Formats: sequence, structure tokens, C-alpha cells
Amino acid sequence: MKVTVYEDKCCGAGSCVMAAPDVFDQRDEDGIVVLLEESPGEDQFDAVREAASICPALAIELSEAK
Amino acid sequence: MTDTDIPAYPMERAAQCPFNPPPELQALQAETPITRVRLADGTTPWLVTGYADQKAVLADPRVSSDATRPGYPIGREGDRYETEEAPPAEAEDGPGIGFILMDDPEHARLRRMVTAPFMVKRIEAMRPAVQKIVDDLLDEMLAGPKPVDLVEAFALPVPSLVISELLGVPYGDHEFFQEQSKIIINRFTTDAQRRGAMGALVGYLAKLMGEKTQSPGEDLLSGLLPRIENGEISVIDAAQIGMLLLIAGHETTANMIALGTLALLEHPDQLKLLQETDDPKLIARAVEELLRFLHITHSGRRRVALEDMEIGGTTVRAGEGLIMANDIGNRDPRVFAEPDRLDLTREARNHVAFGFGVHQCLGQSLARMELQVVYGTLYKRIPTLALAGDIADVPFKHDASVYGVYELPVTW
Repeated sequence: MKVTVYEDKCCGAGSCVMAAPDVFDQRDEDGIVVLLEESPGEDQFDAVREAASICPALAIELSEAK
Repeated sequence: MTDTDIPAYPMERAAQCPFNPPPELQALQAETPITRVRLADGTTPWLVTGYADQKAVLADPRVSSDATRPGYPIGREGDRYETEEAPPAEAEDGPGIGFILMDDPEHARLRRMVTAPFMVKRIEAMRPAVQKIVDDLLDEMLAGPKPVDLVEAFALPVPSLVISELLGVPYGDHEFFQEQSKIIINRFTTDAQRRGAMGALVGYLAKLMGEKTQSPGEDLLSGLLPRIENGEISVIDAAQIGMLLLIAGHETTANMIALGTLALLEHPDQLKLLQETDDPKLIARAVEELLRFLHITHSGRRRVALEDMEIGGTTVRAGEGLIMANDIGNRDPRVFAEPDRLDLTREARNHVAFGFGVHQCLGQSLARMELQVVYGTLYKRIPTLALAGDIADVPFKHDASVYGVYELPVTW
């Protein structure tokens, strides 16, 4: 799984951090998404999928093919 | 559909079911993905009934939150607008309410100025301080007479103290700002009353910004001073942002605390789950389920279409109003099994209680943390907590754009 985040779309709601704190963080100055792990391990897949689905700004894209 | 067939919105809840959305509204969801409703001003915007369509529209850049655009579904009774981030505003003249009724890029520019203090790690760092506020208020309440009004003694002070501290607004002024908030979010408030209340709050906060220039603190409003100095925003912009966060920061959470407590008292098996656990995951799950189930922002999220667009098989034209009834979105049986059942053990984090799209609640992490502390403490601390009186006598906020109870007499 490869994770892509779009900082320009992000509205800093923080729901990705709630869902997958090992993969996402927020920038200190303005709360915008920071990707900690571009290719998360399998144990993170469910959490990352949830993060992408609840992101209100649709700022997280997943490519599941390897 | 003839004109007279168009149902009025908002609708009334059933008297016996104060925790459920209006039955007529839930019935509409079963019948149709999208239908016209009539607002108090006679306009007939579209009501989007299903969870998936609501989310799609709220995340669609072809809709606008700008309430000054023709076709934006304001409605009057005074039923004004209601959005996820805060209660109504005065759009035409007088002070505005900041970025909730704006579109990107201006919305994003202003929102990003105040996002940092609400990010997850900063909010987590506040948890011990919130726990202390909760513990102290409960000490005080338990030492006092009973029955007591839980709203006044606990539900309102907790979030008011927290947001005052975060913004840098003196808590000593809470009676003033709580009163203005109440006026602003009441659906039957007249335009003049609303303008007066918003003017009073903005004036108060603008004066406070002036005082902060002399002695800035570590708070959010002080953090805006450099942006005023370098011309990014005006003092009035800062005061409007302050008003938005102040109202949204105490009113919504207070309602979740009081209404949530009443719902739990009426569902003793669910209350027991909270009383018997110290598991932060279970408590967090309970918070999400109560957010889903109670959905206090019950006036719908409102937008206006900027282009022709297909929603639920219907063509909505540019300039037509849209209301996403997220309260029934959270009861959509296609997403939540047995949606009308309060089940604190279910995974409900995908609810739309905070809205969806770029306007989704900025303060959601704060709200979650406050509610986790409250629900995780109150019922263990007072295991015999009970409603003093009959639920039929509880004054529900049917007349406010944010639902809840005006008073909650409790004993123990």
C-alpha cells in the first residue's frame, strides 16, 4: 500500500491522526497533515483505510496495488 | 409534486422520542435520496437524505458555503443557517461570523491561522487540565445541595472554562458570552436581536484584542496579534474568529454533556458499560456513538450549488439550495445497523456529527477529548446519578439550531 497526502486540500481536522497515529501527524505551525509512513506495514492497513475514508477533505489517496 | 405537498423543514420530533430525529424526516430518507422542503421564508431548497450523498455533496467543490449567494437556504422564522463549525451568522450586514460561511481559498486562509491549537497532540496535552476542571466541578457539585441543574453546575462550565482558557477570554465574563450565544443560535431570534448579540460579542472581543496588544499571553487570540500587525487580518476579523470559536467551543459540547447524560440515564444498560470500564478505547468508542446517535446540530448543513449537478438521480441546478440532513445521515441503515439503537460498543467513527468536507468541525479533537474525560468520569464518580423528576418535564431545545436541554435536574 502506498499513501499519498495532499496538503493543499487538507483542512487540519485531525481525523487521520485519530484513526492512524503511526502513519499520520500534523504540522506544528498549522495542523496540516504530515505523512510519517509512505508505505505502512500490513498491520496498519485497516487504520489507514479508515483514515482515508473519514478524511473530510478527501486529502488522502491510497494505492493498494503493492 | 405540487407546491402544497412540499414538507416544511425543520420538522418536529416525536414527543415520546426526544433522542430521535423527527419521524417525518426519517420517513423521507426511506422514500427518496433527495426531495424539496419548504423553509419558513417560503423557499424550497433540496434536502439530501442519505449518508453517502450527504458526504459526497459536502466534499464537492461545486457547492458553496457562502450564505450571501442567491439561493443559499437560510430560511427565516428566524431559522437561519447552521453549519458544522458553529451557529448562525449575520451575512447581509453587521458583523459576519468568520470563515464558516466562506469558500476556499479565503476560508482555508483564515481557518489555517487557528488550526494549530486544535490539532490532536496539542489537545491531548490539555487532557490533564480538563480532567482537573471536571474533578473540581464535581467536587463542588457534590458538596452542594441536590437536586441540582447539571447544565448550570457542570455541562456548561466544563467547555466554557476550557475554551476560555484556550482562546484567552476571561472566564469571569461567561454569563455575558453564554447569553449572547444563546440568542444567536435560537431559531426564533429576530434579525435585530441576532445583530445586537453578534455586535456585542464582536465588540467585546475587539476590545479584548486591544488589551492583548498591551500584554499578550500564550493563548489563541494573542497568537493572532502578529497577523493583525502585518496586515493579514483586521482586528474585526480576529474578533469574528474569536466569536466563532467561543460559541462553537462551549455551546455544542455543553449540549453533548447534558443530553448525553440524559440519554444514558434512559439507557441504563449502556450507562453501566461506562461505569464499569477504565478502557480509554471503549470510552472513546462511546463518545463516537453518542455523537452519532444524538447528532445535536439538527438543522442540516447548508450549501448552494454553483453548477448543475446530479444528486441521487436528480439534477440540481446552479443556484439552488441544498440541505444535508446529517442527523438522519447518522441514522442511515445502509451504514449503521439498527441505527436507532444506542450501542456504545459499535464502531461509529464514520459518523457525520461534525459534518464533512473542508468545513468539518475544527474543534472536533477538543470536543472528543472533553467528552471522553466527562463520560469517563461523571458516572463513575456519581454512580447513583438520576434524573430528578420526569423526563416529560425536561425542557428540550427544540427552538435552537443546536439541540440539547436547557436544564437537567439531577440528584444522587
